[in-house]
Amino acid sequence: MLNLKTTPFHERTSALCQPQNWRKWAGYFVVGSYEHVLDREYWAIRNSAAMIDVSPLIKYIIKGKDAAALLHRVTTRDIHKMKVGQVAYTGWCDEDGKMIDDGTVSRLEEQTFRLTAAEPNLRWLMMNAVDMEVEITEVTDDIAALSFQGPNTRKVLNKVTETSVDELKYFRLMKNEINGIEVTISRTGYTGDLGYEIWMDAKDALKVWDALMEAGADYGITPVGILAMDMARVEAGLFMLDVDYTSTTHAWIESQKSSPFELGLDWTVALDKQGYFVGRRALEKEKREGSAWKMVGLEVDWVGMENIFKRVGLPPQIPGMAVRGSLPILVGNVQVGYASTSTWSPLLKKYIALAHLQKPYYEVGTDVRMEITVEHHRQHAPAKVVKLPFYEPEWKRK
Amino acid sequence: MTSSNKYDAIIIGGGHNGLVAAAYLARAGKKVVVLERRHIVGGAAVTEEIFPGYKFTEFSYVVSLLRPEIIRDLELPKHGLKILPLPSTFTPMENGDYLASWDDHDLTRREIYRHSPKDAEAYDEYSRVMARAAKAIKPIINLIPPDPSSLSVRDMMGLLKVGQYAASLKEKELYTIAKLATQSSADLLEEWFETDALKGTKAASGIIGTFLGPRSPGTAYVLLHHYMGEIDGAFRAWGFAKNGSGGVSGSILNAAQALGVEIRVEASVKQVKVRNGSAVGVILENGDEIQSKVVMSAADPKRTFLQFVEDKYLPDDFVTSIKNFRTRGSSGKVNIALSELPNFTALPFEKGHDSVLHRGAVSISPSIDYIERAYDDAKYGQISKRPYIDMIFPSMIDPDMAPPGAHVMSCFVQYAPYDLEGGWNDERRTQLGEAVISTIEEYAPNIRKCIVGMQVISPKDIEAIAGITGGNIFHGELLLHQIFFLRPTPQWADFRTPLKGYYFGASGAHPGGGVMGAAGMLAAKEILKDGNL
Repeated sequence: MLNLKTTPFHERTSALCQPQNWRKWAGYFVVGSYEHVLDREYWAIRNSAAMIDVSPLIKYIIKGKDAAALLHRVTTRDIHKMKVGQVAYTGWCDEDGKMIDDGTVSRLEEQTFRLTAAEPNLRWLMMNAVDMEVEITEVTDDIAALSFQGPNTRKVLNKVTETSVDELKYFRLMKNEINGIEVTISRTGYTGDLGYEIWMDAKDALKVWDALMEAGADYGITPVGILAMDMARVEAGLFMLDVDYTSTTHAWIESQKSSPFELGLDWTVALDKQGYFVGRRALEKEKREGSAWKMVGLEVDWVGMENIFKRVGLPPQIPGMAVRGSLPILVGNVQVGYASTSTWSPLLKKYIALAHLQKPYYEVGTDVRMEITVEHHRQHAPAKVVKLPFYEPEWKRK
Repeated sequence: MTSSNKYDAIIIGGGHNGLVAAAYLARAGKKVVVLERRHIVGGAAVTEEIFPGYKFTEFSYVVSLLRPEIIRDLELPKHGLKILPLPSTFTPMENGDYLASWDDHDLTRREIYRHSPKDAEAYDEYSRVMARAAKAIKPIINLIPPDPSSLSVRDMMGLLKVGQYAASLKEKELYTIAKLATQSSADLLEEWFETDALKGTKAASGIIGTFLGPRSPGTAYVLLHHYMGEIDGAFRAWGFAKNGSGGVSGSILNAAQALGVEIRVEASVKQVKVRNGSAVGVILENGDEIQSKVVMSAADPKRTFLQFVEDKYLPDDFVTSIKNFRTRGSSGKVNIALSELPNFTALPFEKGHDSVLHRGAVSISPSIDYIERAYDDAKYGQISKRPYIDMIFPSMIDPDMAPPGAHVMSCFVQYAPYDLEGGWNDERRTQLGEAVISTIEEYAPNIRKCIVGMQVISPKDIEAIAGITGGNIFHGELLLHQIFFLRPTPQWADFRTPLKGYYFGASGAHPGGGVMGAAGMLAAKEILKDGNL
């Protein structure tokens, strides 16, 4: 029978997924939630240790004399400055400086890199590698990936790893062993909490899963689906392709495209780096002239929202999970942008959103209004532009 | 006296209400000091490491009604407040089966259906009726109770608000509320359900903190309070706070300190200092004097008015009425350090496997009769032979509460009367602990060998440690004659007192107990309104 792929952890995840809540991700089935209610999975990320199967991430190994040169040319980061063992988050653009995709670059060895992506990029990489001495291999199916997130993850890892992860710094990686199995552990994640991503041979996936589950039993280890992760990543101010922005490869019209500056990725665009990179001229121009849009954080004013609901005799009703739907943002009666993901934050006890606003409304502190639907009627709740991320615990980088 | 001993406001008592009041006053730019008798703040919302590595949420153990506006105004999440889910209630039954309510509506409905299809249907309707009634009475929580006999503008305006509110109720809601106010929880529940364990577990929540049984009139009203949290929707603050109740007061403390509140521990107040008929500061047990423009007590009503203030400054009828305020402690607490989880025979788990029921509450409440019988013992000054127990396993929700692999267990026990025949002593404390263990043993036979440490807290201990007269967890029972404009006493339910400059904002004031913070917040607002500081 024709069906999507399952991940190397499927034997374990499928046995634990009570509500049969499956989601599609890059051609794989992954667990949406393991329980009927998301609370416990969400809180595992914020209070203990969450096991998230992120194997569907598209992964490339880029190897050879010109591997660094290729990534230096394709991405916006200064790849030549990266040391072995360093990880860099980056976007990559087309010639017009508009985003194609985003992911992480890991320098595994001097001439070997791993690139992760949300969507297939092999053709784009090949096109940019003309005349370069480099080998690009997609390893999505071969490498299983587990995102291990939460304040207790370090303690759990140290119980099973050959080498302690205490010295592993934020956005660095190390080769290690878990119960004799070779793994790569990077201090990365998609939750804005203390966390690691563990990369392993697909055939070893179950053994690593079991070792962690056993070691973490006393530390609140919890398998967590991507729906709870979706709430956490909004709190962390992290966006998602096809939800918060459209790849230039999919955009039908110009206005659907975004530059890294417009997505708040200024810190990843190394305009001071040597040589050419794709989109350089357009990005330099945007830097000079300023961006027309900016992705910002929005905090909805709860009392304001309560008052709107009160008019129809109801307490505020908002979904208990992240909503991937566009909501218009207004100033006065003029639309000045839209929210692309909104969520209730159980930790902050705030209704928050990632929003794209036009100049000059994207300045922190600006009062705006976000559309909400109250008893089938469109209403507008007062909200404020705030700095991202919404939540950043001290232990994220420590 | 140095100027550093002069404040705008002194708050007596560093319980959660005292801290909330202090934070609100400091937020308004006032210079505030909190005086706490113990070496730690938190009052009855404290977490202490009684056995090394095992943290006990000693007295109060869940958060349910902490006011959303306090969480927002004081930005408590920024100061460390995390409210973790407590997803289920599990009631083991005398016949070896169990009844559970889970966090998913359909799961719960299927579970009740297993016992009674009729109850499963009634349950949905009951929940809706209760939630609507709770929604109808909820606005009262944030009202300053007006004095119905007063002709002052403030009280008239207040009465007008209550009147407007009552007029806004639908006829049906009014009847439901009138009925709930007068009925016993047993009568109410008999109208709806036939499953004993369901009735017993529901009825239990109507007697917590009162010296009443499920067949006593007025207990139905308390059931309503449990539906309040549900109306806060996504905002609901129901669950177990990270680091227990000490985590709640800890976050309020952090917020208060960030706002500039000064905290003095081991600063026991002897007396409120009065000059020209006004409170002008306090005298500490060690003789130190501290001056202030106003003083607020967050202690219980008896301490506040009978201990801290000399009788001559208060009207006789007021003193009499405070003396009559009912503060009969009826419950105790047994905190246990465990080497492993007790295994309930009704739903056993395999060693090394996850146990779902231990993540929620376990309620020993197999029937209404069971609880009424427990009350019978207490009525005549005895510890219940088979008490009602509400237990949770904090380490299952927040793994940091116990050493890796080990656990802590919190047992709320009712009835353990304050006025025990023969008085409380070590022997009677052991008896209370034994009543709890042998009761649990009937459902989880391995409990005894899991125990590595135990702390038994009688109402006398609540009084001695947390400083609550009578050891009543609500600083005074939530009885109909002790709520709203009657709390703590008629004419003085607006956080003011007969002594000028002296205010009262604690659980013994409106709207009452639970880790709610409302009394502290409302009192602070009234203090600011009076503008004498």
